[in-house]
Amino acid sequence: MKPVVNDFSITVATVNGSGSQTANTVLLRAIFQMGIPVSGKNLFPSNIAGLPTWFTIRVSGAGYVARRRETDLLVVMNPETAAEDVAAMGPGGVIVLNEQIPTPPIPPDRIVYRVPMVKLMEPITADIKLRRLVVNMIYVGVLAELLGLAEAEIERALDAQLGRKPKALALNHQAVRAGWEWARANLEKKDPLRLERMNATAGKILIDGNTAAALGAMFGGVTVVTWYPITPSSSLVEALIGYLERFRRDPATGKASFAVIQAEDEIAAIGMVLGAGWAGARAMTSTSGPGLSLMTEFAGYGYYAEIPAVIWDIQRIGPSTGLPTRTSQADVRFVHGLSHGDTRHPVLLPSSVRDCYEFGAIAFDLAERLQTPVFVLSDLDLGMNNWMADPFPYPERAWDRGKVLGDRELAELSKFERYRDVDGDGIPYRTLPGQVRDPRGAYFTRGSGHDEAARYTESPEVYVRNMERLARKLDTARALLPAPVIEQDPGASVGLIAFGSSHWAVIEARDRLREAGVPTSYLLLKAMPFAREVAAFVESHDRVYVVEQNRDGQMAELVRLEVPARAARVRSVRHFDGLPIDARSVVEGILEQEADGAAPRRGAPKVAEGAAR
Amino acid sequence: MTEPRTPTVGPLAKNRIGLVRADYDGSKTTLCPGCGHNAITGGIIQAAFEAGLEPSRVAKLSGIGCSSKTPAYFLGHSHGFNAVHGRMPSIATGVRAANRELLLIGVSGDGDTASIGLGQFCHLVRRNVPVVYIIENNGVYGLTKGQFSATADVGSTTKGGLVNDMMPIDCCAIAIQLGCGFVARSFSGDQKQLRPLLKAAFAHRGTAVIDVISPCVTFADHEGSTKSYAAVKQTDAPLHDIDFVPFYEDIHVDYEPGTTREVTMPDGSHIVLKKLAEDYDPTSREGAMAALEEGRRERRLITGLLHVNPQTLPFEDELRLVDEPLAALTLEQVRPPRRVLDEVMEQLRTGKGLTAPSGGG
Repeated sequence: MKPVVNDFSITVATVNGSGSQTANTVLLRAIFQMGIPVSGKNLFPSNIAGLPTWFTIRVSGAGYVARRRETDLLVVMNPETAAEDVAAMGPGGVIVLNEQIPTPPIPPDRIVYRVPMVKLMEPITADIKLRRLVVNMIYVGVLAELLGLAEAEIERALDAQLGRKPKALALNHQAVRAGWEWARANLEKKDPLRLERMNATAGKILIDGNTAAALGAMFGGVTVVTWYPITPSSSLVEALIGYLERFRRDPATGKASFAVIQAEDEIAAIGMVLGAGWAGARAMTSTSGPGLSLMTEFAGYGYYAEIPAVIWDIQRIGPSTGLPTRTSQADVRFVHGLSHGDTRHPVLLPSSVRDCYEFGAIAFDLAERLQTPVFVLSDLDLGMNNWMADPFPYPERAWDRGKVLGDRELAELSKFERYRDVDGDGIPYRTLPGQVRDPRGAYFTRGSGHDEAARYTESPEVYVRNMERLARKLDTARALLPAPVIEQDPGASVGLIAFGSSHWAVIEARDRLREAGVPTSYLLLKAMPFAREVAAFVESHDRVYVVEQNRDGQMAELVRLEVPARAARVRSVRHFDGLPIDARSVVEGILEQEADGAAPRRGAPKVAEGAAR
Repeated sequence: MTEPRTPTVGPLAKNRIGLVRADYDGSKTTLCPGCGHNAITGGIIQAAFEAGLEPSRVAKLSGIGCSSKTPAYFLGHSHGFNAVHGRMPSIATGVRAANRELLLIGVSGDGDTASIGLGQFCHLVRRNVPVVYIIENNGVYGLTKGQFSATADVGSTTKGGLVNDMMPIDCCAIAIQLGCGFVARSFSGDQKQLRPLLKAAFAHRGTAVIDVISPCVTFADHEGSTKSYAAVKQTDAPLHDIDFVPFYEDIHVDYEPGTTREVTMPDGSHIVLKKLAEDYDPTSREGAMAALEEGRRERRLITGLLHVNPQTLPFEDELRLVDEPLAALTLEQVRPPRRVLDEVMEQLRTGKGLTAPSGGG
């Protein structure tokens, strides 16, 4: 049996609210501390306790962190899904079974380890409730023994998790040890999976995108945060509250250099952001699909009245309530044009936790420079799962507050007109209420028709002039927004375009495609409207596949609109079952169409089977 | 030669900050001639002038509707924000969070506040965001030509003869119930009452709600409308006569002992309430609710300062904000130093001191 070293995936099938989170985090961190690239994804239900949940860990010496479609090692802790979970394991699959859980007969070509987990817990504590919570640590111990997970790393990870609760720490320690010792004494290693120390994670951090975004916002100088709780966005604001309370409240006076307001709904949340942005604060809110739908009217107001605002959308599956705890990239088209009329917004597309951090700050610079709402399109996979990254750099640049006039500047002007395009870039000048005394600095903001001096008008000419200026402003934005990242392969006739969390499956897929004889170039989008490079990229390839996580190929449509004469070159690879996209789905989606050699198929694609969760 | 004396009355009279009344004017009204809202606009201009408001420290806010157009017609040297329908409260909340030094004057209507914006109105009051919130209440949607609003009284009719059978929403009762520290009702035709109420509201630290019955001459001034000029004049039942003595003026007591109640505002101003038929205590929430209910039952329009509590905790104190406006903070004040990032990165590297992210849905 050839050992499989540092290249496999683990799935823990458990029950929501059963305390498995600590166990899974310990596993993840211990592998990470062994220097092995690792990623963890929590596939959880919309529920507080009782429904099935799966935690997947991908171990990859090669550094791939996208979800793997196949599970190599399954830990069965949930009787309700045991039959289904076990059935999804292919030949050679490794199953660690909580012995008390009944399962249908398992084919002999699966490797099964039966562990008397409940019995092992008995001597550790008499408390039934604690037994149920801590039993998860038994499988941590068993996996440690089976995979060669260093004992010291488990202890360090456990200590980091529970160091502040000595009683819980001791109890969890005992459970890990019990699993370990039992496995050592009773299990014969039959599977090829191994962990071996590497040096690929030294100095790196593990962080989820929402926490990274929160850090970015704090270092970007956010002063007003509004929100209405919604999964998967809440943890962004909750992380932000945590950091702001720690680092932005004066310990001597107890006074805060920030306001966090939990709004009555998302309409109020964006209204507060617009009010605060109008008055000169760096204001943001964070939400997800349903909340975004509620923000629609105000989003158009912000665009038309030209008010800076930052709105994060941590995408989850729609339409409607959809699958609230599953990931998606289906808000692309909606967000870009959010509101009625000819509304268009700049949209940032973070694809990594580092992007979340950086966009968390520069979104304010862009919103204030462009005087318009800026949307940041993250998703549940990026926002709520743990990702490896190099430590974030301290922002070296000062902030950009945009074209704001004070009394000194006003004194030098013959007149001030709020919406006059003085510089030809479509961006006018503004003043802040309460911060200018010059009576000429005042203006009236409205969502109705207005002229350069912000006066009400229904004049057809003035309306057209104003709307054309707004289009010019969005054109200015193209050059200010983060540029796409392009990797040209001179021998490639196939180009790939992706954005957001799909990036990680795509870079893995490119390696597989190269092995299959299909070299590819790659353009990673970072923002909409597109930079000029996008059209050039399509131009320089025979076929371009846009990879995304929605049904309709929304980004592919937008790319086609960007290159109308070359629209036929643009094909679509879609994955939209709510599970994070995996490389195999991308490879298969591309190879199938390459084999067809036909025009792009526009109908609904096949739904990728979730072979194992 | 003697210095020409500054006139104290007339168009050239200056207020305490040296501005004349015209400095508080806005653009010309586009509402119907005779609209109650124009009288309220005039009242705001006069009250702002008399109170010596600094126009650059005022922000005017509104929603959508006839009433919400009016901020364009007063204080032309102040910033204005005409928001979307019913959502002025959230804008006000954001503006106030960004700049706690601004005096916010919000103008809304009965449709804007009691229907589409009822939720935001309630939450503004709950948060006690300092806004002088004026409801120009005529019981109809004027701009869309005369449909009932949610403040229409039972039995009131539209111009076309439809009868309202539903209970009206009383924004004052709601505000009192939600802990508002300044709740008044007035009539656009009673400037003697409205002006001191406005000036007192300017001095209040928290949400100040003034519901002003403001007849719609085009769609609700007919017989059968309970908010016509004739009906309001007939049913208006003031609780007291109101004087407002600003902090910068000495208080002259020329009232008979026992005939007045006085309320001291946080800035040292005084509201003097002169008793009429009955002694009314506006500091009692229960009394205020009872007076409103009695008025409704007897079809009398109770006007005056319904409830006052100058000691409520304003929004920015609840948030424990720094003293200077958040919008005016420098980068150094809002970007933590490098060592903070280093500390956080170390936690993320080791996993120590982190709290686990939570799920849910």
